[in-house]
Order: sequence, then structure tokens, then C-alpha cells
Amino acid sequence: MTQPALTSAQQLPAGLPGVVADWSSDQRAFKKVPWYKAMMWIFLLSDTFIFSCFLISYMTVRASTTEPWPNPSEVFALTMFGQKIPMILIAIMTFVLISSSGTMVLAVNYGYRKDRVRTFIFLLLTAALGATFVGMQAFEWTKLIMDEGVRPWSNPMGAPQFGSSFFMITGFHGTHVSFGVLFLIIIAIKVLRGDLDKERPGFMTGRKGNYEIVETMGLYWHFVDLVWVFIFAVFYLW
Amino acid sequence: MAHAQGQHAAHAVGQQEKHVEGQQHPLGIYLKIWGWLFVLSAASYAVDYFHVQGYLRWFLILTFMMLKAGLIVAVFMHMLWERLALVYAILVPPLLLLVLLAIGALEADYTFLTRGTFFGGVSEAAPKH
Repeated sequence: MTQPALTSAQQLPAGLPGVVADWSSDQRAFKKVPWYKAMMWIFLLSDTFIFSCFLISYMTVRASTTEPWPNPSEVFALTMFGQKIPMILIAIMTFVLISSSGTMVLAVNYGYRKDRVRTFIFLLLTAALGATFVGMQAFEWTKLIMDEGVRPWSNPMGAPQFGSSFFMITGFHGTHVSFGVLFLIIIAIKVLRGDLDKERPGFMTGRKGNYEIVETMGLYWHFVDLVWVFIFAVFYLW
Repeated sequence: MAHAQGQHAAHAVGQQEKHVEGQQHPLGIYLKIWGWLFVLSAASYAVDYFHVQGYLRWFLILTFMMLKAGLIVAVFMHMLWERLALVYAILVPPLLLLVLLAIGALEADYTFLTRGTFFGGVSEAAPKH
């Protein structure tokens, strides 16, 4: 009864005893994080399993097909400046997404400094880079479907599983990026309007606005970049 | 009594949340990691560009992938500064995926073998995996 509801940061034990103390603390297990940040992490954990299922299925179908797998280096080559450069579009997409992750951390950082205008600018920049990524992906899909004749059930280059894996994995990732752009724009507008400074409750919630939602948004965005790291390595480079 | 205690707890939680200072770190570390991500991405693209093949290719691709993933999770997603209870809750469960990975690999090998045995055509078109 005399126990404090939440011990302050100095009293929380560190290391493994801290894990035991946090989990057995009879209150919330995740200390020093707002609950919506913990929930975002748990959502991302579930998303990790979804993307892993896709990537592991891709591994399984690729390893079990007796037909040759199309060479991604050639399939995704692009003729630029009169030269055929392997995988150049994918490389540019990778750099665009990494840049957007960089602008996102800057937005989070300026958010905690309560720099409203800079936070807004970097959020908008992140959204713009994300939209660029989706645009390039649309171009890639168009080229593959219209010019190369790749379908989810067949393609002229070899194993038909190539198409189904490609459309499923990059399609699901692209959807994540698209929704991320949408939410980045929503958060950016909230920042610019000063909703977070004035602690105005958000749409559909009575919770007071604050700059920690920018970090939670950032977690989602970095996760999208993280998934691309794995797709780039195991689908495009393998 | 219980009610009063609940109110007290709610009040304390409210106060605590106001004092959460969030993840504030100097800009320098973000810019440094950003730079490293660019370098590592360029390196993994170079692996493809210069047609590195065989085990070296696997090794390089997977190394760069894990390094990039680690940097993003640790610094950009602030896992480095979170309490261990959260870090373990999020990072340990994905290890279970290794089991699924192993099952998938075994199953794929078996399927490949039976396809070769019953449908033929393996010798000329063995997949590079």
C-alpha cells in the first residue's frame, strides 16, 4: 500500500535483475516507454513474423524448383545513358529508403526539442521520399508486367515461382510504405497545426497529443526500411 | 479505500508520463549511423555489380544485411537505450523463426529430390541456391 505506483528512473534496477523486476512488478511490464510505443513494438513483432513467413516461403519454393531461377541482376537491369546497368533501379530505391530513414530520425529528434517547423519539414521530406520509393516500385512492376511478361503464375525467364514470390513480397512491402506515407502526412499536419504543443487530443482518441507519437511513427517507418534491407539482400542480391 | 488507492495510482501514472523525457540523443550519432547505412548499402550493391559469386557472395550479403539491420534497430529504433525487459520481449521471439527456416530448408531439399526423381530434368537445370 505504501509502495509507489511507479518507481522513478533512478530506482529501476538495470540488467537481468531489471528484467525480472519489470516483469514481476505488478503494474506495466514496459517501464519508461509510453504504452503506445510498447504496442507499436508488439505490432512490429507480429509484422516481423508475417514478412518472415513470406521470405521463408520464398526460400522454400526457390530451393525446391527444378527450373532455373531468373537472375535478378539481369531481370532488374536498366538501360541508362546507353549502358545496361545491373539492378540500378533497386539500388536507387534502397538509397531513397535509407535517406527517408535518416530524415525520420531527424524529425523525431527535432520533435523532442519541440522544434515544430523543423519536425514538420523532416516528416514531410520523409513522406516525399517514401512516395518516391512507391513510385519507383510502380515503375518496376509496370516494366516487369508489360515488357518482361512476368505473371504470378509464369514468366519467360524460368521458374514460375519467381513471379508469385516477387509480387507477394514487394507488394506487401509497398503497401506498408504507402500506409506509412499516409500516416506521415497525418502526423506532419498535426505537428504543423501545433496539436502536439497544445496537447490537443487526436482524432478518435481522448489522449493528449505529444511529441512521443512522432517517435512511434518513426518506429513503424524504420521497420519498413528494415524489411527492405532483408528483401534487398535475399530476394534481389541472392 | 480501494477506490482512493486507484485514484492515487492513476494520479501517479499521470505524473510519471509527464516526466517521460523520451529518447533524446545528440544528432551526431544519427548522422554517423546514416552514413554507415549508405556505405553498407553501397557495399552490398558492389557485391552484385562486381559479380562476386559462391560462398563469398553469401557471406558478404548476409554480413552487410545483419550489420544494417542491427544499426537500424539499435540506434534508429533506440533499442540500445531501452530497458532490457522490452528489448528481450521484442528481439527474442523472432529467434523462433530459425526453426521455421530449418524446416523450410529440409522440406525444400526433399521436394527438390522427389521432383528430380519423378519428373527428371534436374541435372541440366540445378538451381543455384
